[in-house]
Amino acid sequence: MIENEAAPAIHVAPSPHIRDTKGDTRKMMMDVILGLLPMVIVAVYLFRLYAVKQMCICLVSCLAFEWLFVKMRQRSGTLKDCSAVVTGIILALSLPGSAPWFVGVIASAVAMGIGKIIFGGLGMNIFNPAMVGRAFVMIAFAQLMGAGSYENLTGLVDGVSGATPLSALKFNHLATPVPDLFWGMTNGSIGETSTAACLAGGLFLVLRRAASWQIPLGILATVLVLAGIGDIAGSHSGRLLIHHLFGGALMFGAFFIATDPVTSPLTSKGKWVFGIGTGFLIMVIRFFSGYPEGVMFAVLMMNAVTPLINRWTNPQPMGEA
Amino acid sequence: MGLLSLKGFPGTGSFRHGVHPPDNKSLSAESKVEVMETPDTLTLPLLQHLGVPCKPVVKAGQMVRYGEMIGKGEAFVSASLHSPVAGKIKKSIMVTLPNGRHLPAMSVQTQGEQVSPHKIWADMKSKDWPRDCISIYDPFTIVKIIHDSGIVGLGGAAFPTHVKVTPNDTRMIDTLMINGCECEPYLTCDYRLMKEAPRAIVAGALLTGRAVSAREIVICVEDNKPDAVKKLKEATEQTVIKIAVLKTKYPQGSEKQLIKAVIGLEIPLGGLPSDVGVAMSNVGTMATVARGVIKESPLTHRVISVSGRGIKHPKNLFVPIGISMGEVIDYCGGLTQDAARVVAGGPMMGFSFSNFSTPVTKGTSGITVLSHDEISNEKETACVRCGRCVDACPMNLVPTRLALAARYNNPSIARQYHIQACFECGCCTYVCPAKINLVQLIRTGKKLVASGAK
Repeated sequence: MIENEAAPAIHVAPSPHIRDTKGDTRKMMMDVILGLLPMVIVAVYLFRLYAVKQMCICLVSCLAFEWLFVKMRQRSGTLKDCSAVVTGIILALSLPGSAPWFVGVIASAVAMGIGKIIFGGLGMNIFNPAMVGRAFVMIAFAQLMGAGSYENLTGLVDGVSGATPLSALKFNHLATPVPDLFWGMTNGSIGETSTAACLAGGLFLVLRRAASWQIPLGILATVLVLAGIGDIAGSHSGRLLIHHLFGGALMFGAFFIATDPVTSPLTSKGKWVFGIGTGFLIMVIRFFSGYPEGVMFAVLMMNAVTPLINRWTNPQPMGEA
Repeated sequence: MGLLSLKGFPGTGSFRHGVHPPDNKSLSAESKVEVMETPDTLTLPLLQHLGVPCKPVVKAGQMVRYGEMIGKGEAFVSASLHSPVAGKIKKSIMVTLPNGRHLPAMSVQTQGEQVSPHKIWADMKSKDWPRDCISIYDPFTIVKIIHDSGIVGLGGAAFPTHVKVTPNDTRMIDTLMINGCECEPYLTCDYRLMKEAPRAIVAGALLTGRAVSAREIVICVEDNKPDAVKKLKEATEQTVIKIAVLKTKYPQGSEKQLIKAVIGLEIPLGGLPSDVGVAMSNVGTMATVARGVIKESPLTHRVISVSGRGIKHPKNLFVPIGISMGEVIDYCGGLTQDAARVVAGGPMMGFSFSNFSTPVTKGTSGITVLSHDEISNEKETACVRCGRCVDACPMNLVPTRLALAARYNNPSIARQYHIQACFECGCCTYVCPAKINLVQLIRTGKKLVASGAK
């Protein structure tokens, strides 16, 4: 028999006795942070100190509010799971660089408090926290949220403010050149301007399986079709289509906001429904509302119907057909 | 190789979802089956199969011969028990099996002249298992011998084999599927058996096929075992048996998943393979059937794997049923300092245990000793509804919902989401990034539902 002195301690536990070591919640969050890097870099390059300031404010306040609210609920600390960092970065990237400091702080407080902790913390929230925070300041500080400024790298002045590509098109019928739109040399919220950066980060997320591929594809395909119809109907010769696809927060939203696993459906079928629904709502708001942009509201509305989608798309077990 | 070898079958060679844990079979895959010497004492629990325990037919102090029946399976779903040695019956004792069942057991003290286990294994490996004179056995005789030999499924679940092969007028068997997938990581006993004793498997498959009057017999092997496929191909030449090579994936060896992969049919919820005209049995069981019918010797010995990074010398062994786990572990050099968990069976579905006097039973396919690095003690974090468990579930269930229903004591939700369809393969727990013990919660939920709670 086994000698007592040399016997190792033997644990007893139910099966399975092995686990996939590749993924844990924190690693998933780290993947998202890595995926966000291209946008962070482009934001700093384009908006310089405005971007740095905005990101620092949101990051610090998100972490602080998470800590505070969790403490108020007398739960153990949850800062280690890095989800507050992700919310902070996404929130900052969705704000214009020119928004004053208190906008970021208030948005963070609403994001963490009402967007997340009030529901019970990570995994329990119904709405995307960053979008809840942004929605609040969008309405409370509409003026401050509208304008933005960016570093014009070729110009003589330091900051240029101007309309974002989608509002320029919607209200002034001005089209931004396509390369500027694609690479991000335009005005807008600091993280959303560059389609190239969003695609790079987004593809990384999808490949790492930190985000589903069905949701971004569903959104982009729906927007492509609806904007395409709008384009042909209004004979914009491609201008409208390109603007709707590359402009605004579409790419950023499709890859980083709508794919939040907590607030999107569980099954692959449900993810398609969610993606297509979000794309549809985005175009409804963009075409018919007073806002030039609709990603945030579209995602929030689809978040609200996610529990229903989960119920509708509940998979049939094998053998039940 | 690969899926091309599935030609002639309507299935795709795979099923939806599942996981790919590292198979770690190389630790023991190249170790030839070694025969263990007969130990002094054997402990034989009266329930080593699914169903009703058998009744002892010998008394303490009585002498028994090799292969003599010591417990009789009287109920239909029960299996008889035979002594693997010649010896003296001792007073009955209670044992606790790794699965937690506390049972009466008979113990036999080896005495007198023995049938050498080396000879039994040499017989098994030999090439002269008949293939063409199978027709001299009529189906009813074969079923009866299977019943009398105490044969149960050797894949792990230990379901009495005679129940599967007993002719049934309402459900005709079309295909006999022989399961050689062995999808649990580490285990290699079926692989070694297919490689070393393919003729015995083929003879058993032909006999069983005759018993159930199957039109087709197919041996299913995963594509990570090309050597086994080669040996089986040689052994099945000029027989009606086909070989299906399947995608390596866990749980490919599960009955429902395997039928889906090969035949393309789904067993209705709560149904049995016979509902789609299939009878399924494991390769080891087939070799035992051959031995039972042709050599007239009951199930007394089996091949097991002893593997894992926590065991000094991983091996495949031919052991008598009733030998203690401790003796087997000692024979393999004992545990290393790194050993953390000892599992009866494979790491995905096996039961961990710490009492090494517990015996090897008919359903023990191996002993896996895991090291500290392999077992996870990470703390559970919040579910972020990533849906990985949904993408992993081979039954197409929503494990996270079932687990929550169990955790919050909600049997009606659990029922609504088909909790009873879960066969506890553990894929969901394996992939969960939040380290939630999903399958464990689902087990409690199943009990809750079975108890009829509302």
